[in-house]
Amino acid sequence: MSKDNNKQREALFSPKNKKLLTNPLGRDNPINVQVLGICSVLAITVQLRTSLVMAISVVAVMGFANVIISLLRKTIPPRIRIIVQLTVIASLVILVDQVLKAYVYDVSRQLSVFVGLIITNCIIMGRLEGFALNNKPWPSFLDGIGNAAGYGWVLLAVGFFRELFGSGTLFGYQVVPDAFYRFGYENNGFMILPPMALITVGIIIWVQRHRDRSLVDIS
Amino acid sequence: MKALHDLLMNVKSRFEKGGRFEKFYRTFEAFETFLFVGGNVTNRGSHIRDAIDMKRTMFHVVIALVPVLLFGMWNVGYQHYLATGLDADFIDQFVFGLIKVLPLVIVSYVSGLAIEFLFATIRDHEVNEGFLVTGLLIPLVIPVTTPLWMVAVATVFAVIIGKEVFGGTGMNILNPALLARAFLFFAYPAHLSGDDVWIYTGLSEGQQLIDGFSGATPLAAIAAGEMQNFPSVMEMFLGTIPGSVGETSTLAVLAGALILVATGTGSLRIMLSVVAGGLITGLLFNLFAVNAYMEIPPYYHLIMGGFAFGAVYMATDPVTAAQTGTGKYIYGFLIGVVTILIRVVNPAYPEGMMLAILFMNVFAPLIDHYVVQANIKRRMRRVQQPEAEFVRK
Repeated sequence: MSKDNNKQREALFSPKNKKLLTNPLGRDNPINVQVLGICSVLAITVQLRTSLVMAISVVAVMGFANVIISLLRKTIPPRIRIIVQLTVIASLVILVDQVLKAYVYDVSRQLSVFVGLIITNCIIMGRLEGFALNNKPWPSFLDGIGNAAGYGWVLLAVGFFRELFGSGTLFGYQVVPDAFYRFGYENNGFMILPPMALITVGIIIWVQRHRDRSLVDIS
Repeated sequence: MKALHDLLMNVKSRFEKGGRFEKFYRTFEAFETFLFVGGNVTNRGSHIRDAIDMKRTMFHVVIALVPVLLFGMWNVGYQHYLATGLDADFIDQFVFGLIKVLPLVIVSYVSGLAIEFLFATIRDHEVNEGFLVTGLLIPLVIPVTTPLWMVAVATVFAVIIGKEVFGGTGMNILNPALLARAFLFFAYPAHLSGDDVWIYTGLSEGQQLIDGFSGATPLAAIAAGEMQNFPSVMEMFLGTIPGSVGETSTLAVLAGALILVATGTGSLRIMLSVVAGGLITGLLFNLFAVNAYMEIPPYYHLIMGGFAFGAVYMATDPVTAAQTGTGKYIYGFLIGVVTILIRVVNPAYPEGMMLAILFMNVFAPLIDHYVVQANIKRRMRRVQQPEAEFVRK
């Protein structure tokens, strides 16, 4: 490569690239702001353990899928791009599923069909369509990791509150002291039901919009 | 009275802009308008003002709730002494109930009003009076044995998630009092259902319950198919049966309904159509009875459980009910239908009033939308074919 090209190349963590990573955590969050991928948030956040495994799985799938599609972006015929994207995601999900079954079998059982349903997670398809198809591999990778992390932290936050109030445990360890139960405290059965996940997400959205007024749509 | 007014006027300046307690102006204002008619003066356009503001309207409902509350207190004591077999006269029974019910009322009011005042201060709007009613409704729709901290949690949940997130009083989709009950029902099912929660037994050492005591509500007894020792129609109508604090007595509810209708606060249309919906559905099920629940006479549904209470105090909530005249008939009728459907068809829920009203609360705006659209369509046709209309007449 010539020297001119080297000058134009961006630094790995230029401000623009950093934004790709950090924006989805906050003001461009796939769940809080774009309201995508809600289904799995309701389904697998009863426990923190399942939330964490799910978050890691999605980070892995999304990071790799974005890179692969970005590498292939010039060879994919536009008319069949969706099916190509699906094939890439599905292959990665199968890999993740096999790894989970091999190393954390009990969590894999709890997540059941929702690992497979990562394929249909709108966040992944959305990023492939909206970003990876038009960008180079490195920014695509950052974008994928950033969005998956934005999805992941909401998952963990919801899982934290649901497990704490619903079962009195965190990661399966009891954290609400026995003395509480002796004084009449009881776990909140509503927290274990999916509606409470929706309300928890709603409260997170409420707090975020209260702090960042530019997210409030006043049109 | 005058001394109180002078005191209020004296401290007023400290709460107004620039005063020391400027932040708490809304708290001050709430007390001021609670005690005296506000001194608002209309300064634009022509308006009609009278002494009826939201506080007064809400107070009508509170007055209408008094018969139910008093009867509920007595019934708590009556059921207690009935279950333990101890002798007690009327005063004993009432005082016992008073001691058991009053803490529920206080906890519900304190926790709910704390949230109301907090939001009014943060958002700088008037403290809304809707909670005066909600705070009294909540203790009336739960069993007397509900732990106090659960009442507080449910009240806070209902006020924040049911009301404040939508923008406060008048904006809510669901009835907050019922939402509090629904929260308790799903969060702590052991305390809101079953046969052991409806009567405060409170046994001390060496005491025991009388033989044959069951504690089941009539609804639960029917759902389980245990029809021996079933209360008579008169007992159910008067309300000397186990149940939530305020829901048992149809007679007391009727007295409340009279007050609501006479003051123009509650909608008679909704009350009647709920009853009609319940009766007709009950009758239909009765015609094709296959289980014990379907075999009971349809009018039993009206005097058992929370049907009457829900129809009079919950379904008529002016915020969450349908607003149009025709819409009110449809809304009320469907509440009756859904209630009986849940009671009879779903064995998991012996009572359906709470879920039916919450369900129809969600549909009320849709009903209104179609009623209004139908009206517009009808009148548009009249405009487009004026002559045809004229000739036909």
